[in-house]
Amino acid sequence: MADGQTHDPDDRTFTFNFGPQHPAAHGVLRMIVEMDGEIVERIDPHIGLLHRGTEKLIEYKTYLQALPYFDRLDYVAPMNQEHAYCLAVEKLLGLEVPRRASLIRVLYSEIGRIMNHILNITTQAMDVGALTPITWGFEEREKLCVFYERACGSRMHSAYFRPGGIHQDLPPELLDDILTWCDGFLPVMDDIEGLLTDNRIFKQRNADIGVVSVQDALDWGFSGVMVRGSGMAWDLRRAQPYECYNELDFKIPVGKNGDCYDRYLCRMEEMKESVKIIRQCIELMEPGPVLAEGTKASPPRRGEMKRSMEALIHHFKLYTEGFKVPEGEIYAAVEAPKGEFGVYLVADGTNRPYRLKIRAPGFPHLHAMDYMCKGHQLADVSAILGSLDIVFGEIDR
Amino acid sequence: MDESLKDLADHIAHAEPHAVQKWHVVNGELTIFAVREHIQALIKFLRDDSQCRFETLIDICGADYPERRERFEIVYHLLSMRMNQRIRVKVSTDAETPVPSTVGVFPVSEWFEREALDMYGVLFSGNTDLRRLLTDYGFEGHPLRKDFPLTGYVEVRYDELEKRVVYEPVKLVQEYRNFDFLSPWEGAQALIPGDEKASKEA
Repeated sequence: MADGQTHDPDDRTFTFNFGPQHPAAHGVLRMIVEMDGEIVERIDPHIGLLHRGTEKLIEYKTYLQALPYFDRLDYVAPMNQEHAYCLAVEKLLGLEVPRRASLIRVLYSEIGRIMNHILNITTQAMDVGALTPITWGFEEREKLCVFYERACGSRMHSAYFRPGGIHQDLPPELLDDILTWCDGFLPVMDDIEGLLTDNRIFKQRNADIGVVSVQDALDWGFSGVMVRGSGMAWDLRRAQPYECYNELDFKIPVGKNGDCYDRYLCRMEEMKESVKIIRQCIELMEPGPVLAEGTKASPPRRGEMKRSMEALIHHFKLYTEGFKVPEGEIYAAVEAPKGEFGVYLVADGTNRPYRLKIRAPGFPHLHAMDYMCKGHQLADVSAILGSLDIVFGEIDR
Repeated sequence: MDESLKDLADHIAHAEPHAVQKWHVVNGELTIFAVREHIQALIKFLRDDSQCRFETLIDICGADYPERRERFEIVYHLLSMRMNQRIRVKVSTDAETPVPSTVGVFPVSEWFEREALDMYGVLFSGNTDLRRLLTDYGFEGHPLRKDFPLTGYVEVRYDELEKRVVYEPVKLVQEYRNFDFLSPWEGAQALIPGDEKASKEA
């Protein structure tokens, strides 16, 4: 040692980087991990590698132009984010969402939930060594992407919801195809469950790993599956129902032990409940308008624009100036697949948001990484990280 | 809903008279304007009181109002899963005065406060790990302040000669065009000189 320091042979502590490019980091996450032998002592996540300044950009856009940014947050389930934003704007504007639009929104929010959970469960399984579920799961996920595409023209960045409803109605056969898919999806779920639920290795890697008690879940600001896995039956769809969730019949799966395995079970059961909700939505669906008509926030019909001067002016004004949202502030939250996704919107009466804060569910979850991993082995870090359901689009914003 | 929120606000204002400046219920949401020095005690009270039980800290965020004397607002959103209620607490501060940290009450505050520091430059006293969170290593400035330009000050590229990423002042081919789409004729009032006398007499 040139600087005169000698290495203590008993000193087993060392520090290393996990990421920023690591397949189990689920995106771009750099974690400085301090270890004592094989045991984790401290984890310091460095985030922001995917920071795009969404909140700043939105302050410079009209309310309509701000909407597509929400697809790019949690890009695994894009429409759920749009939903929170639309609810916030609607509350300030006092818009009524037509019945059909409301059902379609719920339908697609649940499709988003299934898309998210398929991705999370199968990639988490891959992190702990199971390679088959991801290939089976993604086949189904692909079909859901096609449903996205058939509704709005895009597989991922849908920009489908609008303040006051949705952009366009669904094509005629789509609902029947979704129903057919529902029938075929449940056997696939059983197959994946067969691979994982009683799998000895999967259980050894997940049971009793990353245990979160109810008090911890509260202290660390958890929401969604992270509190339900610990045994708290908290779901915004039930507790503070928005849209038409209060008419729908679904259960809230709750875990017991709060470990990675219980969270996996919760997600599995939630997918089954989502299929139930999708079926109910299709059953309740009735023809009707899909966007609150006759308001400043919605475009006029094409046919009207051919005949009416006012409609033409309105169309031009809506897509240049946009609509104005009355002064005020609002917090709107939805039960996104990852937890409570909230939008705090401060409007100053102009056509642009004055301040828009995005409350991403993954942000507090990732913050608790240090606390949850302490005392675990290095191999458990990726199991815990996977069960947190992290997507950097929403954490870094 | 509004009535129960008003009762709750009365209860809080009665129990913590030093901390609560004023409150209002708008759009079905309760907002409390708190005194900066007492924010920690207030948040602790909101968590522990049997009528409040706001045990989840949903969010802490900043907001910038450059025209105010204390330009920054720090907004706390709390949720009570047991009582199924939400509350918003606000304090104001400026770039120099630190806000007492709530890390001791809710550990989750740490990252939220780091984000507020990063984005607005608001200081928190008592947060022992107050580093930048989201911006680049060595970033200067606070991007969400209203006087920070949307395009920023620096841009990065990979330099083939130096074999590393270099920072340069941002070069725009065209200035960022911030269109003002607001209709000028809606805001203007047709005032005829002399009219104000008529209204005064009435």
